[in-house]
Amino acid sequence: MAQQYIGQSVKRTEDPRLITGLGHYVDDMKLHDMHYVAFVRSIHGHARIRSVDISAALQMPGVVRIFTGEDCRSIGSIPCAGALEGLKVPAHPVLALEKVRYVGEPIVAVVATSLYLARDAAEAVTVDYQSLPAVVDLERAASADSPRIHEEFSDNIAYTWALTGGDLDQAFKEADKVIKQRMVHQRLIPVAMEPRAVIARFLPGEHELTLWSSTQIPHLMRTQVAIMLGLAENHVRVITPEVGGGFGSKLNVYGEEAALGFISMQLHKPVKWAETRRENFAATIHGRGQIGDLEVAIKKDGRVTGIRYKVWADLGAYHQLLTPAIPTLTGLMLTGSYRIPAARMDVTGVFTNKMATDAYRGAGRPEATYVIERVMDLVAQELSMDPVDVRRVNFPAKKDFPFATATGLTYDSGNYDAPLKKALKLAEYKKWRREQQKARKKGRYIGIGLSTYVEICAMGPSPAMPAGGWESATVRIEPTGKVTVLTGASPHGQGQETSFAQIAADMLGVTIEDIRVLHGDTGVVQYGIGTFGSRATAVGGTAVYRAIEKLLQKGTLLAAHLLQAPKKEIQFEGGKFSIKGDASKSISLQEMALASYTAKNLPVNFEPGLSSTYYFEPKNFTFPFGTHICVVELDGDTGEIKILKYVAVDDCGKVINPLLVDGQIHGGIAQGLGQALMEEAVYDESGQLITGTLMDYAIPRANDLPWFELDRTVTPSPVNPLGVKGVGEAGTIGSTPALVNAVVDALQPFGVKHIDMPLRPEKIWKLLQKEAQ
Amino acid sequence: MEISLNINGQPFKEDVEPRTLLVHFIRENAQLTGTHIGCETTICGACTVLLDGRAVKSCTLLAAQARGKRVTTIEGLLEKGELHPIQKAFWEEHGLQCGYCTPGMILAAHQLLQQNPHPSEAEIRHGIEGNLCRCTGYQHIVKAIQSAAAKMSPPRSASAAR
Amino acid sequence: MIPESFEYFAPTSVQEAVSLAQRHGEEAKFLSGGHSLLPMMKLRLATPKFVIDLGGIRELTQITEEGGKFRIGALVNHHTLESSEKIRGRCRLLAQTAAQIGDPQVRNCGTLGGSVSHADPAADYPAALLALEVEMEVEGPGGRRRISAADFFVDLFTSALKPSELLVAVHVPVLESNVGSAYKKLRQQASGFAIVGAAAIVAKDEGGKCQRVAIGITGVGPKAFRATAAEKALLGKSLTEKNIEKACHQIASGIDVQGDIHASSDYRRAMADVFARRAVLAAAGLSQ
Repeated sequence: MAQQYIGQSVKRTEDPRLITGLGHYVDDMKLHDMHYVAFVRSIHGHARIRSVDISAALQMPGVVRIFTGEDCRSIGSIPCAGALEGLKVPAHPVLALEKVRYVGEPIVAVVATSLYLARDAAEAVTVDYQSLPAVVDLERAASADSPRIHEEFSDNIAYTWALTGGDLDQAFKEADKVIKQRMVHQRLIPVAMEPRAVIARFLPGEHELTLWSSTQIPHLMRTQVAIMLGLAENHVRVITPEVGGGFGSKLNVYGEEAALGFISMQLHKPVKWAETRRENFAATIHGRGQIGDLEVAIKKDGRVTGIRYKVWADLGAYHQLLTPAIPTLTGLMLTGSYRIPAARMDVTGVFTNKMATDAYRGAGRPEATYVIERVMDLVAQELSMDPVDVRRVNFPAKKDFPFATATGLTYDSGNYDAPLKKALKLAEYKKWRREQQKARKKGRYIGIGLSTYVEICAMGPSPAMPAGGWESATVRIEPTGKVTVLTGASPHGQGQETSFAQIAADMLGVTIEDIRVLHGDTGVVQYGIGTFGSRATAVGGTAVYRAIEKLLQKGTLLAAHLLQAPKKEIQFEGGKFSIKGDASKSISLQEMALASYTAKNLPVNFEPGLSSTYYFEPKNFTFPFGTHICVVELDGDTGEIKILKYVAVDDCGKVINPLLVDGQIHGGIAQGLGQALMEEAVYDESGQLITGTLMDYAIPRANDLPWFELDRTVTPSPVNPLGVKGVGEAGTIGSTPALVNAVVDALQPFGVKHIDMPLRPEKIWKLLQKEAQ
Repeated sequence: MEISLNINGQPFKEDVEPRTLLVHFIRENAQLTGTHIGCETTICGACTVLLDGRAVKSCTLLAAQARGKRVTTIEGLLEKGELHPIQKAFWEEHGLQCGYCTPGMILAAHQLLQQNPHPSEAEIRHGIEGNLCRCTGYQHIVKAIQSAAAKMSPPRSASAAR
Repeated sequence: MIPESFEYFAPTSVQEAVSLAQRHGEEAKFLSGGHSLLPMMKLRLATPKFVIDLGGIRELTQITEEGGKFRIGALVNHHTLESSEKIRGRCRLLAQTAAQIGDPQVRNCGTLGGSVSHADPAADYPAALLALEVEMEVEGPGGRRRISAADFFVDLFTSALKPSELLVAVHVPVLESNVGSAYKKLRQQASGFAIVGAAAIVAKDEGGKCQRVAIGITGVGPKAFRATAAEKALLGKSLTEKNIEKACHQIASGIDVQGDIHASSDYRRAMADVFARRAVLAAAGLSQ
């Protein structure tokens, strides 16, 4: 195949509608006679609902109907797909029944003829609460004497889970030193710029429910909502128009989605709900939320020979779709990019009176990378080694791939020293080490931090996934020769309308303008899984690739028939089927399409039409890797952190569109730095969300961030024919420890070994104060 | 109450409640949905429009406050069907991913370049402080604004040469 | 996201605005730029039944000069103060402060009068207004009166404005050309409000000694205050880095400093010293 598009920085086909304001997000749509829903939500972290009074609200202008938990008892529980052994799964009603268990939990749904009137009526609903002690602190929640969040269970421990590999006892027995450290991964709020939004329309005649929802997983949602509402799945259609970012927060099935469907079925009217940012903060999933105790066995030469990691995971009050599964990904990636022969992770998943945690960009892997990359620096500090050398001592060599880890994974391909080398050069590492020494003498604090991450992507082989890990594609040559690609992945900003068109255009020898990539409509697209876990291109793109291969095989049969030549003599090149060695006889894809649809002259038993569908099941995950280097200087007066330099050399395998890959890395780094520097969801003792708006929860602004210097190495993945790995989360995973390592490095003269995130100025200032005393 | 204002050159006269926010007037009454709502606290900037040429957050203004004024939304930035140089630059430099912050970001950039045709990187970052983007890490946005600046108003030496 | 319903008035004179406020009493609120009031109304933390939009009162948007003072109308917005040649040239501190408020869009709407009347303890202006020793011109049912900045800020979200009284203008002294000024601020990362804001005015005599100094501090206590001890310590001294550092010590002594999730009281106290020092250094031309 001639590579005219693959590997090129093709401008996105998505953009013209988005830069002109003509794209449609859910809230931009209006259906005839549409009603509006507003939710009344719990103002308590933990309380018994004594009564709900809707009488005043019912009298308000424009009010159509008000639904309480009682009215919605027939709706099934909000689903959880994380099936761990012994997992306690509490009932999770779409509207709270006897109790509320987190601030923001929906209690009542008010339907009115306008958005304004719905809000007014919601304000007029009164809920009589009996406040209960809130369970907020993670470790206290896990203790036997804690108040229980779910009375049906004996305690707040939802599950315990362990992963172990290698001989840990031996590792610790033979260790020259053992390092112990506690690390906290604070709770984060995803803050997709578009809050969630749902429109539901039930047509009683067709007995069909259509949901427009801002989601990453339209098909999984269709299945789950159909089950929750007792509808036949083929009478439910989920449409995902533009989605304004997800980062995992829309990789879920929420109560509001089923509630809106239910309400539309009751009223026979279309209904809309668009989340406010306050609702988004309180009642859309959060991320991270782990506390872990670490023990590391090391040898004098810097080798890490064993890791024990005991984790408490803050699950929140209920399970959302993948809540309990997220910490298990931490376990899988615990040994990072290193040859560590023994590892064990123990997870205790704990219910707390907070919003559920779930997949947030990186989902479990940033925690693992943060831990192991901090460990490398702890080892360096303990042994007075350069952190670069510690990493090199522990890297598997290029020839060791595929590389089997103690946690049971097989890393597909890797060459970890290559990006490290490149990054050290790009960052002028040695120069900065000298600068650091000079600066210290003048009482200035410069720090250099590395992160040589590896991550698990392209999720994934179905046996290892909660709901199937394959992805689907249909490629259809229309009678006029135009190409339609239907992908089951449901991109939401990543740009696969462009990158999949690049793949298809090159394989079919047509221009990118001839291709239309459709996604996110279960009425149009064959069943698919969705976009998350850095999977869309490696799994969904491969499905497109395979579907086209299949299509060309069919085309070859027809070409052989039409050109009257044996199949084996037919070749496809530049958009034409021809006979090898005889350029005079050829048939274009367009001619072939028309011939296959008009079906006047087809081979015997040949199916008319020219399309094919492929479901690609990956045999393994992929494992992108890279090195991020961050140089910081601390403000001795205020503790503020200034990033002087940021270098990222990433290896995500082969690259379809460098521009899009860079964009993913930039955005990922920004989010990772957000966690390191400023982001934290804070609940107070009574379970109130203190950081309930963007006035109190900071995410990075343009002037909080430095210029990112990017480069890459290319180590193709053998897992898929495109050789791609995935890049959606790499930046987030790589950047957080690089920044924290840099700050701890800057504070080395103060004997600081570890600081928990976020590294707000005050925290740094305090450490600087201590030494000054 | 009756509210008259001009959006993208077109007059609108609507009878709305006094509490109607400008952003809702634009989205619901004028049915221009390129102006987005991303927060309630005047932080995110997704609702940015130009009011008499100045960038404002339309979620923190009553429609009544815009009476008699000129509103420009993202839809009004096209000139004779042609993309504005800033729009073009966002496309060329991959200055957007999910696109939700983009209309507001482009209009904030528009004001910035009106006031400062040759901004430094730091001035650009400062100039879009009122607009949050969660996808891009801002780098390609900064590049897009730099590129638009160069095209809209070539450096003095270059224009003198012409 | 949606304010509660209210009745809307658009008076065209101050007198009309005040009489509307008087007629509707506590249920009425003045609306200037709306950037303090509307966010509260959208979250339904404020639910006025009557909103009196001042936007149509021309008098309130003027900047005039009389008797060595600028009279800045209450509805002059932050952007105007930041960019006005007059203010930048002859009352730079106000422009320096305005430029650090919120973000460009907020500065295009938010007004001097709206911000000041709101008496937010983390707002930026009060530090500068105290240092500049401005006077507030207010009109109420009993007529016009003037209140000094020192008397205007009473407590957390509480000003000296009486019910139905409207801040009409701020009278700001023109600074002589030998007076340096600076506003230095530690921003709360999410909101952009001041964790600490320090405004300083410094003039030195020919021998380099401090002839005039005023330091206003915001963000630290329930209301902005003058760092009088530091001012006293600097007056008549050489404006050296050492003297400035020594003077800007325990700036918040005697102030009731509250901590929150963004900054503890200890940190706020310490930062008051740091930012007071930085503001004085910059005003004295010893740093940027």
